[in-house]
Amino acid sequence: MKRGTTLLIGTLLLFAAIPPIAGWLNEPFYLDLFRRVMIFAIAAASLNLILGYGGMVSFGHAAYLGVGGYAVGILAHYGIDNGYLQWAVAIGASAVVALAIGSISVRTSGIYFIMITLAFTQMLYYLGVSIEEFGGDDGLRLARRSQFGDLLDLANPTLFYYVVLAILVLVVFAIHRLVNSRFGMVIRAARSNEARTQAIGFSPYPYRLAAFVISGAICGLAGALLANHTSFLTPDFMHWTRSGEIMFMVILGGIATSAGPVLGASVLLLLEDLLSAWTVHWQIILGPFLVLVVLFARKGLAGLLARDERHG
Amino acid sequence: MAETLLLVTELRKTFGALRATDGITLDVLAGETHAIIGPNGAGKTTLIAQLAGMLRPDSGRIRFAGEDITPLSAQARSRRGLARSFQITSIYRDFTALDNVALAVQAHAGHSFRFWRPAHEERALRQPAQAILNEVGLAARADVLAANLAHGEQRQLEVAMVLATGPRLLLLDEPVAGMGAEETQRMIEFLARLKGRQTMLLVEHDMDAVFSLADRISVLVYGRVIATGTPAEIRANADVRAAYLGEEVA
Amino acid sequence: MNAILIVEQALNGLQLGVMLFLMAAGLTLVFGIMNLVNLAHGSLYMVGAYLATHFMQTTGSYALGVLFGLGGTLVVGILVEVIALRTLYERDHLDQVLATFGLILFFNELVAILWGRNAIYSSLPQFLSGHVEILPNLNYSLYRLVIIAVGLLVAGLLWYVVTHTRLGMLIRAGASNRTMVAALGVNIRLLYTLVFGFGAALAGLAGLLAAPIFAVQTGMGELILIQVFVVIVIGGIGSIRGAFAGAVIVGMVDTMGRAFLKPTLATVISPSAADSAGPALASMLIYLLMAVVLAIRPQGLFGSRGG
Repeated sequence: MKRGTTLLIGTLLLFAAIPPIAGWLNEPFYLDLFRRVMIFAIAAASLNLILGYGGMVSFGHAAYLGVGGYAVGILAHYGIDNGYLQWAVAIGASAVVALAIGSISVRTSGIYFIMITLAFTQMLYYLGVSIEEFGGDDGLRLARRSQFGDLLDLANPTLFYYVVLAILVLVVFAIHRLVNSRFGMVIRAARSNEARTQAIGFSPYPYRLAAFVISGAICGLAGALLANHTSFLTPDFMHWTRSGEIMFMVILGGIATSAGPVLGASVLLLLEDLLSAWTVHWQIILGPFLVLVVLFARKGLAGLLARDERHG
Repeated sequence: MAETLLLVTELRKTFGALRATDGITLDVLAGETHAIIGPNGAGKTTLIAQLAGMLRPDSGRIRFAGEDITPLSAQARSRRGLARSFQITSIYRDFTALDNVALAVQAHAGHSFRFWRPAHEERALRQPAQAILNEVGLAARADVLAANLAHGEQRQLEVAMVLATGPRLLLLDEPVAGMGAEETQRMIEFLARLKGRQTMLLVEHDMDAVFSLADRISVLVYGRVIATGTPAEIRANADVRAAYLGEEVA
Repeated sequence: MNAILIVEQALNGLQLGVMLFLMAAGLTLVFGIMNLVNLAHGSLYMVGAYLATHFMQTTGSYALGVLFGLGGTLVVGILVEVIALRTLYERDHLDQVLATFGLILFFNELVAILWGRNAIYSSLPQFLSGHVEILPNLNYSLYRLVIIAVGLLVAGLLWYVVTHTRLGMLIRAGASNRTMVAALGVNIRLLYTLVFGFGAALAGLAGLLAAPIFAVQTGMGELILIQVFVVIVIGGIGSIRGAFAGAVIVGMVDTMGRAFLKPTLATVISPSAADSAGPALASMLIYLLMAVVLAIRPQGLFGSRGG
């Protein structure tokens, strides 16, 4: 087995072991922390699809966390707490927003793409801030978590934890399949050499746009989970620094690897947690750390820990 | 007389004051190997770029297999069977040799909105790709990353990719550029095997290659075709000798 | 909605526009010449605002505040270039975005440590405060007029430098042909550092001009930075003219939208609906404008490069 895969499975097994460990230590806080880690791992994995494999540097992925989160929050606000419906709307609405943003931004590349995705996310952020009906700046409280009848009770923290873990595993596996399918080969080819890709007869645009939409939809699901996790929604779900953090998770973990987003989300969020317990000014350490990672550890953790893996 | 596969009429392209293509008229017959030669700056690369659809001409028409393809994009031309190699090797450096060719096969095997099944397991892509690698002599190198292939092997790989698109016309932009003597010889032998089965338009500086391979040669000088004919006719052509060949072949 | 109000809001829009221009000019020059995406440009704006306010408060002199604000931002800009950004010129945009994102976190936190998380306020000296009657019945803030004048002056100077001087020639040549400039015997490293420092000083200028109008607080740089991105996308990247046109358009559209969209909507739909839709739409207006421009002219109004 490739070392990257071993690393990934090891991390996922560790996630699975957290609830009993937290129970044994009587520290329910860990359950909360790692659930958050896994939700961001889903978001980072979705970004990795377009950023790592597709070469599209989206600086606006928090938009879909917000759209997915607000889809749940707004439905709940109007008394609809059917989880199937909420999550379906979260995924669907994120896909639609990704289609709208993507159809404009995917035509561009490089710096334009970065600025446009950032700008549209900021637009959604301001939209969230200005709609008083849904709490505006103050946010929206989720009265209760998404309801799945007798099947699942997300009010049970351990059960909710394992639901998130199951979704994470599913997402990581699905993206792994996707990037190795015909479709995945095309978006990776377009990233590797666009002129050659056109010369052999592909039009990259529809494939890139489809990847962008899929990525947005998955991140929308992460948003629905995050809303349930925090039980409280604010426009800060879509804050531009969120987009930056998700992007950093992908790079820190290792771009274009299956394990990367999971490792990156784990290390970044745990580091933030450690640093913030130590000083309120933890960002003064995190910022330069980020610069150093970019300058000296470009391949990320997966690259450092598993040098033999390529497109796993 | 064989049918005309490619017909270029009065093609013009200027960059500022430079007339890179100054009214080129040219035809390629089905089955022939047609070479374009000319001194540096004669406009050969500009011509190839226009034929492949990567550069728009200012005026003139390009007909391919009876259809006017002048307004079509590069990818649309590729789908109609017009394939090119680049002067500077253009391959997927971070993919294996086999993946490179399999992608070219895939580009012409229906749409690629297939999300689940690993492309590596699709025999419909892998088998033809492997067969073409065998044909160009890269069979043993199938699983090597393209970036790690020798320069000559990379050029062979590019030709393999172009072939894998099942082209009706192959545009080869200096296929032996930058190759050593041995690699050049191998490439020429390979193209000679292809000759007759595959229509080719070849831009090349290497005169040995051109005169041994081409059925007909067109000589391009300052963006114009000054002569077209068999190798013997071109050798004997006074204009060509004066303008160009004098120094190089004589 | 009367004519006086429209003139007043147009002036406000112009004032926002020239501030955006001061930011956009530096950003677009740095991108055009060094091919560097600098997210931390907004941090330099913040640094300028804080330094100027701090020194105004401690020395009691407006002039010293301006001097320290400008000079300090220039120095900080040059330090950032030499320490961190210089190594990023040859990297791809993703690396540049992430590293400068790291710098933003650093600067925001540094400012929070030095001056706290609450906004600080600066006051105007006597000679800049007050209003002047520019039209009958229209008293307009003197300070805002000064901002407009400074912005237009800088725009004129920049235009002159870029089109009429040797430095401008090098800058334009550097944008299109790096090796050529190096071949001319110009120390390209020094040129880059100077251009970056100059862009930083312009951002600092925008920051210190903004300080008496807006709250000076951490994160202020990023709010304007994203608007500046919209300016650059609309104007076309790497173009000073584009930056100016884009900045004025965005300043006007944003200001007019916030002032008049709600009352205009109220004449069409119910006032209560306009109450909620108006501000939401106004805050989205410049981004929608950006989308429209991109759909029609993907390279921006004055840009030459697509994509």
